Parts: sequence; structure tokens; C-alpha cells
Amino acid sequence: MTKNVDAIVIGGGIHGCSTTLHLCLAGLKPVLIEKDYAGRHASGVNAGGVRQLARHIPEIPLSIRSMGIWERISELLDDDCSFESYGQVLVAENEEELAVCRARVAELNALGFTHEELIDAAELRRLVPAVAETCPGGVVSRRDGAANPAQTTTAFRRKAEQLGATVREGVAASNIRYSDGLWHVDVGTESFAAPVLVNAAGAWAGKIAAALGEPVPVETVAPMLMITSRVPHFIDPVVILRGRKLSFKQFKNGTVLIGGGHLATPYQDRNETVLDWKSLAISARTVFELFPVMRGATIVRAWAGIEAKMKDDIPVFGPSSRHKGLYHQFGFSLHGFQLGPGAGAVMAELIVNGGTQTRISDLGIERFHPSAL
Amino acid sequence: MTVAPKREAYDVVVIGAGPAGLAAAATSAEAGLTTLLLDENVGPGGQVFRAISSTPVTDRNQLGADYWVGADLVQSLRASSAEVIHRATVWSLDRNLDIAVSIGGASAFVKAKRVILATGALERPFPIPGWTLPGVMTAGAAQTMLKSSALVPDGRTVMAGQGPLLWLLAAQILRLGGRIDRILDTTERGNYFAALPHAFAFLTSPYFAKGLSMMREVKAKVQVVSGVTELAAAGDGQLASVSYVAGGKRETIPADLLLLHQGVVPNVNLAMAAGIEHRWDDLQLCWSPVLDASGNSSVAGIAIAGDGAGIGGANAAVVRGRIAARAAVEALAPAATAKLAPMAMLRADLAKAERGRVFLDALFRPAPQFRIPAGDTIVCRCEEVTAKDVLDSVAIGATGPNQLKAYRRTGMGPCQGRLCGLTVTELMAQARGKTPQEIGYYRLRAPVKPITLAELAAVPKTEDDIKAVVRG
Repeated sequence: MTKNVDAIVIGGGIHGCSTTLHLCLAGLKPVLIEKDYAGRHASGVNAGGVRQLARHIPEIPLSIRSMGIWERISELLDDDCSFESYGQVLVAENEEELAVCRARVAELNALGFTHEELIDAAELRRLVPAVAETCPGGVVSRRDGAANPAQTTTAFRRKAEQLGATVREGVAASNIRYSDGLWHVDVGTESFAAPVLVNAAGAWAGKIAAALGEPVPVETVAPMLMITSRVPHFIDPVVILRGRKLSFKQFKNGTVLIGGGHLATPYQDRNETVLDWKSLAISARTVFELFPVMRGATIVRAWAGIEAKMKDDIPVFGPSSRHKGLYHQFGFSLHGFQLGPGAGAVMAELIVNGGTQTRISDLGIERFHPSAL
Repeated sequence: MTVAPKREAYDVVVIGAGPAGLAAAATSAEAGLTTLLLDENVGPGGQVFRAISSTPVTDRNQLGADYWVGADLVQSLRASSAEVIHRATVWSLDRNLDIAVSIGGASAFVKAKRVILATGALERPFPIPGWTLPGVMTAGAAQTMLKSSALVPDGRTVMAGQGPLLWLLAAQILRLGGRIDRILDTTERGNYFAALPHAFAFLTSPYFAKGLSMMREVKAKVQVVSGVTELAAAGDGQLASVSYVAGGKRETIPADLLLLHQGVVPNVNLAMAAGIEHRWDDLQLCWSPVLDASGNSSVAGIAIAGDGAGIGGANAAVVRGRIAARAAVEALAPAATAKLAPMAMLRADLAKAERGRVFLDALFRPAPQFRIPAGDTIVCRCEEVTAKDVLDSVAIGATGPNQLKAYRRTGMGPCQGRLCGLTVTELMAQARGKTPQEIGYYRLRAPVKPITLAELAAVPKTEDDIKAVVRG
């Protein structure tokens, strides 16, 4: 027995959950299908950075759109998602790096973007008093911040369900096919049919796209994070480095999250990752050098979430170049969390209105299939 | 003195020097395999034979004959070629058999062809009202002090709970001149009937006579209240009294020390972090690894022996250690098995050592009210989360222990769920009308024991350091 719905969303990460919620807000009845549970992978276990800072230019409009939603996330979800906004700071460790920062800010300004702001050593020290004396400055994006990723993804899922979405967790979508103007998807013994199918399956999305005739250059990666015991409060903004792989965030409870993109080995079929401690040691050394206050902290846990990384590091976002009613929303390449709220809103506009005011034209899947144009 | 491992790679790395680990390492080394035994304590023995080489208790009767069996195991290990490192905390093990170990504040990485986990047992959480008050401790912690320092309680002391270790500790405290005011036995009446069908095996097991005489010895000196159905500790910042209900009657007694114990469960943290499959054991009410007859786990090359493989006691642990080591020898150096006891003999030894276990499991199965707390009783000590907090999170959509982390941070503190994991699983299972197997357990992560940032920063550098300049 096939259930007819308005849209089928595959993938219960922040993107799938956000799109499902925004479809509900537009009056549609979607179904969300998640093979594990919402937020099980990258969306639930990432660093929680809500960052416009240092983004690829093609995704900046989407990021800005998203930031507006983050700033009223409680109104949208009835949950504050532990979102806090103390800015994000990119630290230049030497003059050469600062020159790169200067050029970047000038480039953004020329394009009309003003969220990134060049700062000198004095302002850097004011924002991040604990940073090493030798750093000459950097870039700040003052409205940026951080949120609790699992809490956020769960809140999107919960609100979507409250607004009428059907949620199926624990069983993978299978047998995806198109017939008589409808997409059909099986979920265990159930079948759903809808005119719209959204592929938001994260690390599993590349396979779905390929099976539907739209292969893309994507790999599965698992960026590692580690968290420390509580240390006295010493830093408010999220800090990232210009030259080395490090991101750094202290939570209200005193624990410090250390990330930056060193990779674990993903075992995607088993939902597992094997950590690379020698790479995590590099992050530990960087923190050790930059933040002497952290030297006595203990590391209580390290982990990695499985996600999709595109060859060009830019997501695949928008309608299929081959199939009517099919939309892609994946490949966020280690920086998709902040985009989730906005991407869901824009995706719902694409589906419901057939277009959006937010510039996304460089993100489409057709960039990999010029012949299909 | 800090000793780093002599090699980067070993045939067999054994983790834990309790009964199973001592036996496994000696067997493996005896067969000529390069063997490394890593142990967290200052000396060999694990919990059962704690301080076997150093205890100040010299009167053998005080700790009992079973304790001194450990000395023979240590003897044969020392006679072997196994490399042994104490104060060595293994903080990571993965499915590639890469091991990270902290020794004297410095971490090293070693690789193994086979790993035998002998990480033993932990005391089951006993989450009653007031269990986090200073003055309330586990019987196991008290026994550690007794064995390593001959320290016994001298204030007003109440022991509460059930199981063989409770009675053993009571006997040891009394023999060393310690004080016990009252023992509150929480064994459920119905358990005696549930255990009855297994009584014959128990009667013919070595535990029977010893257990009986020990209980008699304790009951001659201490008032024992049986059939305790409710238990709470109270006090203002420090334990002042213990109240309980037995036979429908409530009583409150003043106390300076409350020792709690309701059995032991496998210490699964390292095994789970390595990705080994575990199943809920409905008789022992805990997670046990899925193992074949030789102790091999779902991860190729990792075997588990001793109580970490499912509670079986010290005698069974020794045999399981030998079986796992023999299986490793069969895989790596088949010719050397001629030197070892045949597998059939070991399996017969194991059957004998495990006799009576089902009876003990059925008799000492803890009652639900002592496993699944309610209201304001603390579940997660690290983050001070109560039973009510957990149920509130279930009500707004937390479906299992991993989702609960997002709501309450349970299991995310330094203990990594050792003190709350079973409670959370059973509490959520009850609230959601599911089985513990369906609800699942925390996904555990390395470091299994915390290490300092400075220690991680000091591990040897690799070429990645040089080329790691691109931010992801």
C-alpha cells in the first residue's frame, strides 16, 4: 500500500530536517526518511560552528540567509539550540598570513559582503585575550557563534513532526524509482510516493545521485574532534587559524572543543570511524603552543562524524539537471552545519515557488554535467 | 620509574593483569610469542588479587585461601618471557589493533597481531537516594583500601546490597578488626525460588561450602536484616543516616559509612570503543561481548577473557585467559601449541569453574527498584542528572542513551558512563516500553581514560606535521 505525500526527503541530518520543516511551514505534508536516527552522523556530532567567516564565495549568500534564521532560532523551533553569538575569529599567526587576510576582506568588500572585518593585534587580544602574544591580527565575523549540533538537529526534526511531517527512522530508503510523474521510495514494508524527492543523505547522497544518473566527484570523510575536561572560562568567540588546521571553542560549562579538519578513517557501511591519534596530536600541539592555559586540561573524548566532501569543497544544492521533481542537498564538505537552517528555507522555496531570491546558482549539480545543460 | 614498551609491535598484547590477564600473558609467552602485558595498577593481581605482591596483610586466613592463589599466577608470569608494564593505562584500541597507552605521563603507540582484553569487571551502579553523599562508597572501593593498605572502617558502618563480594568483604573487615553495625540484605525473596532449579549445580560447586561458611561467620558477629525493599542515605553534605524498609517496616539508623554493593558487571568501555559487538544479557542484567568459544570477539584479532567476557568469577577467568591465549598461539604459531594444555582439557576446566554460576546470577539478580531509580535520585554523577531529568528528556523525544547526550550530557563526563550507563539504558527502556537491547548503550570513544593535552601534544611527530597547512 503506497502512501501519497507531497515530498519525500531522504536523510535526517540538519539539512533534511530543515527542509522537511520548511516544507511543513509552506503547507506541504512531507515524509522524512532516516536510516539511523536524526543527527546520528555529521549533523549531530560536528563542532557546532555557526560560521559565515572564511566561506567559499559561492555559498556566502546562503550562509548569510542562514544567519538570519539562526538569530531567531528559538522562535522557529521552540528550542534555543544552545546557540550563542560571540563571533568567530580567524587568527593570523604571522605577517604573511595577515596579508592574506587583508586581501580576502578586500575581495569580499568589493563583492559587497561586509560580514568579515580585518582586525589588528590589539583588537585580536581584546577578543581573544589568551592568544599568543606574537599573533599580529586576523579577521572577525561578529555575528557568528556556535550551537549544540545534536540539540539543533533534533529540534528541527521534532518541530517538523509537530507540524505534520511523517518521520521514519531506523530503516533506510530503498528502491527509489520514478513512474507516472511520482517518485516512489520504499521504507521497510512501507512505500511512499510524491512528486518531489529531496536527496539530503549526506555521506550516502553521492550513491543516490549516481544511481539516478548524476554521478558527482564526492568522497566520504570523517573529520575528528576532541573535547576537554572543564577549565576556567578564558575565551568567548570561536577561534580558527589561518595557517594551521585548528578550530577551538569553549562552552559555557568550561569544556573546550578542539577541531580543525584532521580526518579519521570512515567505515561507512558499519557507521564507524577509526581515529588517527597521530593527527589529533598535531591539534594538541597547536593548542599547546597557542593557549598555554590549556596545557593541563585533560582530553575526555574524541570522535568523528561521517560526511560527504566534494572535490571542489562546494555543496551540491538545487534541482536535478536530469529529473523532474528531484532536488539535491548534500556535499557540504565539512562546513554544512551553519547552512542547514537557510538551505532548508531556500530548498522549500525552490520546491514550492520554483525559485528563490537567494543566490545559489554556483552550487547546482549541473556544474559536473555540462552536457546535460 | 617509567618504562616504555621495548618494541613497537608484539604478537600478543594482553590488557589487564587480573586472573585472566596473568594467565593469558604467561601462556602466550610460554609458547614463545612476543607478549606484552599492560596493566593500570601498581602491581599485578587486578581487583581479586589486588596488591598480591605487596599487601601488608600477612596472616593468610584474613584474606582467605582464594586470594593467595594469585601468588602462583604471578609466579608463573614472572618465570615467563612476557614483558609486563604496570601503571600503564590503555586509552585507545581500534579495529586495526593499534593501541595507545599512557605510562607515567607519557603516551606510546604499539601494534599487536592479537589483543586479549582482560579488563575485568566494575561494580554495578547502586543509584539510591543519597548515594552521592560523602560517606557512601562502594564495597569494592573499601576492599581496595583493605587489600592495599589494611585499612578497615572504624566508625558506624552499614553495609547494604547483595552478592558474594558483599559477604566476602564483610568477613575480611571483621577478621581485620573493622567495625560493621548492620548488614542490609537486598536480595529479593522471589530470587530464592528463581534460583532453586539451578541449586544442584551450585551445591556441587566450590563456591557452595565457602560461601556458606563465610555467611555463617559474618552472621555470628553482625546483625543482618534480610528482605530489604527500600534503601536511602541521608545527611547534610555528609552521610548521617541510612533508612530502609524490611518486611514493610521502615527504620532509620545513624551511620558514618555506608558500603553499597549489588554485584559486578563486565567493564566494557575499551571493548566497545574498539567497535566490538555487545548484547544485553537478561540474566546478568548487563552488556556482554558477543564471543566464540575461544573468546574471539566480532573484531578480528581481539579476544576477551575474564569477567569482561561476562561475569564468571576468578577461577573461570584464569581458564578463559588460558583458552584465549591458546587460541592466539594456534593462530600465530601452531607448532608451539604442543607445549600447552590441550583445548579439550581447558574447556573441561572452564565448565567446572563455571558450575553454580547460573544459581548465583539468579539468586543475586538485583531488584528493579535498586537498578532503576525515580524522582530526584541522581543517575549521572558527572553531570548531576536525575532520574526525572532523564524521563523528561524521553518525553520530549530522546529515544536512547546517545540522543540523551544532546539533552542532558549524560555519559559525557570523565567517567564515560561507567557510573550511569546501565541505569540510563534500563531507565529509558522502562520509560519507552522497550528492551534494553533495543534501547542500546552509549557509543564509547577513546580516550577511554582521560589523558592530558600536554601528554597528547608530546607524542612523537610524524611527517603530517610538516604538510598539515591547509585548513579543512
